[in-house]
Amino acid sequence: MLGTILLVFGMVFLAPGDPISRLAGNKPLSPSTIATIKERYHLDQPFVIQFFDYLKAISHGDFGATFTGRDVSDIVKERFPVTVKLALGAFAIDVVMGLALSIIAAVKRRTWIDSSILVYTLFMITIPTLVIGFVLQYVFGIKLGWLPVAGIQGGWQSYILPSLTLGLGFAASLGRLGRSDILDNMSGEHIRAAHARGLSRRRVVGHHVLKNSLVPIVTIFGLDIAYLMGGAVITETIFNLPGLGQSLIIAVRTGNGPYVVGLVMISTIIFVFTNLFVDLLCARIDPRISYE
Amino acid sequence: MSKRPTSYTEGVADIADIVEDQPVTLWSDVRSKLKRDRRFWIAAVMIAIFAGMAIAPQLFFTDSISPTQCNLSDSAQTPSREHWFGTDILGCDYYTRVVYGARTSLEVGMVVGGLTVLIALGLGSSSGYYGGKTDMIISRFADIWFSVPTTLGAILILSLFGGGGPLVIALVLVFFGWPDMTRLVRSTVIGGKHRGYVRAAKTMGSPGRTILRRHVLPNGIAPVLVFAAYTVGGAVGGEAGLTFLGVGLRLPSISWGLQISIAQTRFTSDPYLLLFPSLFLSLLIGAFVLLGESLRDALDVKLEDG
Repeated sequence: MLGTILLVFGMVFLAPGDPISRLAGNKPLSPSTIATIKERYHLDQPFVIQFFDYLKAISHGDFGATFTGRDVSDIVKERFPVTVKLALGAFAIDVVMGLALSIIAAVKRRTWIDSSILVYTLFMITIPTLVIGFVLQYVFGIKLGWLPVAGIQGGWQSYILPSLTLGLGFAASLGRLGRSDILDNMSGEHIRAAHARGLSRRRVVGHHVLKNSLVPIVTIFGLDIAYLMGGAVITETIFNLPGLGQSLIIAVRTGNGPYVVGLVMISTIIFVFTNLFVDLLCARIDPRISYE
Repeated sequence: MSKRPTSYTEGVADIADIVEDQPVTLWSDVRSKLKRDRRFWIAAVMIAIFAGMAIAPQLFFTDSISPTQCNLSDSAQTPSREHWFGTDILGCDYYTRVVYGARTSLEVGMVVGGLTVLIALGLGSSSGYYGGKTDMIISRFADIWFSVPTTLGAILILSLFGGGGPLVIALVLVFFGWPDMTRLVRSTVIGGKHRGYVRAAKTMGSPGRTILRRHVLPNGIAPVLVFAAYTVGGAVGGEAGLTFLGVGLRLPSISWGLQISIAQTRFTSDPYLLLFPSLFLSLLIGAFVLLGESLRDALDVKLEDG
């Protein structure tokens, strides 16, 4: 965690160019102004001290201010709900569709249903978020006119297409991994015993197989968060959602460095914490996993 | 071999026949499996076509149209016999521009794939084989790097350092992407280092490096190859995504991500501008995913009956 912050901070520190001249838009400044700015942002201090100052600041929830003077954490508060809704939508699709695909494919193994699911998932994994987004936008938003094309004026319906854009790909990869994991479990002794005891297929799959497949599936969710963050940037740009990802791109285009840094830092911290949470969750699900 | 040998000697003769006919090694087995795999051939043909576009794009044009030969009066024409994919906003022939885009994508994909494999083999094998402090340091670093989401990290670096050519983007993708494969190599090396033949080599006094190179790595290379194919596909998509977001390549570079990004502004009136680069991008990524799938099935003994 500390190392991660150090890594991001170090990259920013090593970036070429003078931060002060960038702040002034590369116009010449008087020496006294430069000195004031330097003192204000502690730019005259060595790396280590700057780093500890930064740590102290973010532990108070202060991620710095943008060039226009707004606090990064304020903007994040304002835009966070949009991204969370998008992420929740995508995860809902991921869980429901991914589990359904993997269970159906595993139970109907080696039938045409299995192979068509296999082809479908392969297809969805292959197509990048970028392309899925535009295809959905064109077909359902413009040609059929069923759903809002962009923005969030349409209420919850505005989130359907963006969530699908993100969720379909995840669901496909979850479907594949889930299928092979369920198949692995189905060949276990305890499953054969359950069948022998005359339990219905539904009960065997639901109770005995799925429970064992839960840990890898939850782990995949945790790792998916990283892709979700990257995908959210692209999706929000395509569908013009006023979320964190979109503001990141706006900040990049307007050269608003502090905001980019603050945002990447916040996202990274969220990612680290969700993965910690996932690890703890796995330990709860499967008592064999323990962390000393 | 369903016929049961009637006597001991006959059985031995059978086996001797088989051995003499066809010495089955891992690689000959893999080759024959790949030859029978339709997915492998589809992937191979597609990659060959895209490689052709990247190396000699001129071969794909009927006459001497070039991607920089543009005529503003031909702006945004729909596909026609003259311009197969139509023309873009600046009146350039879109087909040639899309074909030239293959070079950028493949360049990024190959550099990322190659470098990641090299780094992963180097770091992963020493971390897995030597263990102890080496392992701890490398694994810690991998953990730290892993916790920065690739796309976000790449956006950060590229926006701070101000973009660059395909090579810079490839290096940035490697910079954030190496931990995955390094972990994979580490775990396969750990899985393989206690095998009998490794201990035998150690007993005969081979130095660690030689054992690693000649015994451990060749037997653990399969998952790396499979993963490399996916990595190339992922890098191609990554470049397009970053470029689309405006932190990757800039004009006058020719890249599918750039074409998609420009086409986005006009995609209600000229959807074909979006269609063709998207299609090519998906096909190229698909080719590498298919390659990975067929390799995985051919190399992975565990999935043999699945």
